[in-house]
Amino acid sequence: MPSLNDFGHDPLWISIIKAVVIFVFLVLAVLFGVWTERKLISRMQHRYGPNRAGKFGLLQSVADGLKMGLKEDLTPSGVDKVLYLVAPLILVVPAFISYSIIPFGPVVSMFGVKTPLQLTDLPVAVLLVLAMASLGVYGIVLAGWASRSPYAILGGLRSTAQVISYEIAMGLSFVAVFLYAGTLSTSEIVAKQAGGGTLDIGSLTIPMPSWYAIQLIPSFLIYVLTMLGETNRVPFDLPEGEGELVAGFHTEYSSSLKFALIMMAEYVNVFVVSGLSITLFLGGWRAPWPISLWDGANHGWWPLLWFFIKLVIVFGFFVWVRAALPRVRYDQLMALGWKVLIPLNLVWILLVATFRALRVDKGPVVFTMLAIIVIGALAVYFYFDTANQRRREARAQEIQQDFETLADAPALGGFPVPPLDLPHYHGVHSSKEVTSGSN
Amino acid sequence: MGETFVFWVLAVVSVIAALGLVFSRKAVYSALMLGVVMLSLAVLYAVQDAPFLAVVQIIVYTGAVMMLFLFVLMMVGVDSSDSLVETIKGQRFWAVLAGLGFAVLLALGIGNAFIGPAKGLAAYPQNVPSLAELIFTRHVFAFEVTSALLITAALGAVVLAHRERLTPKLTQRDLARQRFKEFARTGRNPAPLPGPGTYARHNAIDKPALLPDGSIAAQSVNRYVARYEKAEGTLPPEVAQALESDSEALELEKE
Repeated sequence: MPSLNDFGHDPLWISIIKAVVIFVFLVLAVLFGVWTERKLISRMQHRYGPNRAGKFGLLQSVADGLKMGLKEDLTPSGVDKVLYLVAPLILVVPAFISYSIIPFGPVVSMFGVKTPLQLTDLPVAVLLVLAMASLGVYGIVLAGWASRSPYAILGGLRSTAQVISYEIAMGLSFVAVFLYAGTLSTSEIVAKQAGGGTLDIGSLTIPMPSWYAIQLIPSFLIYVLTMLGETNRVPFDLPEGEGELVAGFHTEYSSSLKFALIMMAEYVNVFVVSGLSITLFLGGWRAPWPISLWDGANHGWWPLLWFFIKLVIVFGFFVWVRAALPRVRYDQLMALGWKVLIPLNLVWILLVATFRALRVDKGPVVFTMLAIIVIGALAVYFYFDTANQRRREARAQEIQQDFETLADAPALGGFPVPPLDLPHYHGVHSSKEVTSGSN
Repeated sequence: MGETFVFWVLAVVSVIAALGLVFSRKAVYSALMLGVVMLSLAVLYAVQDAPFLAVVQIIVYTGAVMMLFLFVLMMVGVDSSDSLVETIKGQRFWAVLAGLGFAVLLALGIGNAFIGPAKGLAAYPQNVPSLAELIFTRHVFAFEVTSALLITAALGAVVLAHRERLTPKLTQRDLARQRFKEFARTGRNPAPLPGPGTYARHNAIDKPALLPDGSIAAQSVNRYVARYEKAEGTLPPEVAQALESDSEALELEKE
């Protein structure tokens, strides 16, 4: 079980090997992550997805990457040349740096050197990820500004506001984990999730879950939302909402290597927040329950496999969300961030801190039950809320009345509308849909 | 050894960045240079065994404060130039005074560090827990006062920016109805503005759409792009002419 003291003793060549392996892993993960996403989402939408380049279309991303490398590198006239060039770099470098503190496994023997499967760890490792995320935003903002295009600048503006707002909620969702783990170092947080202890009710001994995702459910749920917001993924991909902004901040980066860098940064960021969610909430590299019964599961090189499987599942969740949810409106996004996630988080942190101070170990579990009861009661209240119902009916009536007045007076801005109960509107017997061209 | 090396490298970088901050013409570049200075400071903190301060420096200053600066610069617009009118009376005198005061403060601080014995970090073995302990025991009063100050500032901003809503909020349906009433009254086009590039040879954003007779649809000219082109003198004359002759586009410009 590595702790902070195990870091900083690696010989230089071991560090270089680790760094290169992480880099290669991330680049390959981006290549095949894009393929996985396209394939998975197309199956969810009843189509095949890429299936031409290589077996199962496996080489599609490789082909795309080659194409981007060989295409002419256009620089639109009027752009701010320096920043236009630098922005993709600013975007991609912090994303890679963040991965250096993600733990992949325990201490192993690498070419005869005892070393943890993690490039480095710091007393403030988790905050480093937040810091790198806030540097990455510069790439988006500058790409938008340097492009000198209204679409790009709007995309850049949106992303600034969005990422700053969601970073606050994200940072707050870590606080409960810090309070429980008593440390900010990733390797020690994973170690703290090794065992959850037991709950004794009479003669019954129930093993408690050890993952913070279960112990601290509200934090985990908020983190999941903020991780979608922080990486600009659906349903929060407003900075590049193609319906309004063409491609948002990277509109002017037309499929050259710079565009490839932007895409790569986007996917590496997804892997960073996924890796962080695994480390902080999903037990890190430790094997999940049925596997963990086997003694060798958490030793040697096996944890790499568990980490990878968890990473694939979390990434699959990203894809699933993208296939399932529509994009939210911008004001809804900001309202969710500021008016829901942050206050909820603050209240939850207050409760967790109180439980910690009072040494009530099972506090969160009790709290979760209470919360379910309160939410249930509120739901019942709103279901029978007659005042709201009456207000809604009055509004509907007002609109109906307005509509009738306007329909009769085209000069007032209305327009001649045929009676809405004509037979061919709903069909004579409205059981069958009238197909076009049949009437 | 490593620390000295890092110091000299970063000293060069941050001094150049600070000079760039003062002398660069574009406000965005100045803001970026400030960001570089802040990052250099963060690295120096990290080298001095203060990882928490380093990370917080990046998150708070580079990530939040500078980002808000950039946000405002982008919102205000890139073509806004600095106003050179001095609005505060006796501005220069007070600026010089404040500068002198700061220099004295700096000299005292550095002198103190040179003359006094080195404190060292031996008393505080772990950075984060030791910092937490100091903040929440010895300096708890100062900490709370600071937070009260920040909350006051935030509240002040809220109060200044707050406006009481006198009419109900308009929904999309209300807005659409308003547009059609306006159309009935004045004949103003209720539809969205025509997009650029329609029927033109290219569909780029700086190519205006063409009307059926081949003339330029002035409403499709992107005013943001046109403003740049006008400033740089690359606005095509036919577009400028179309913009001038179109009264509705002019009216939009005024709004």
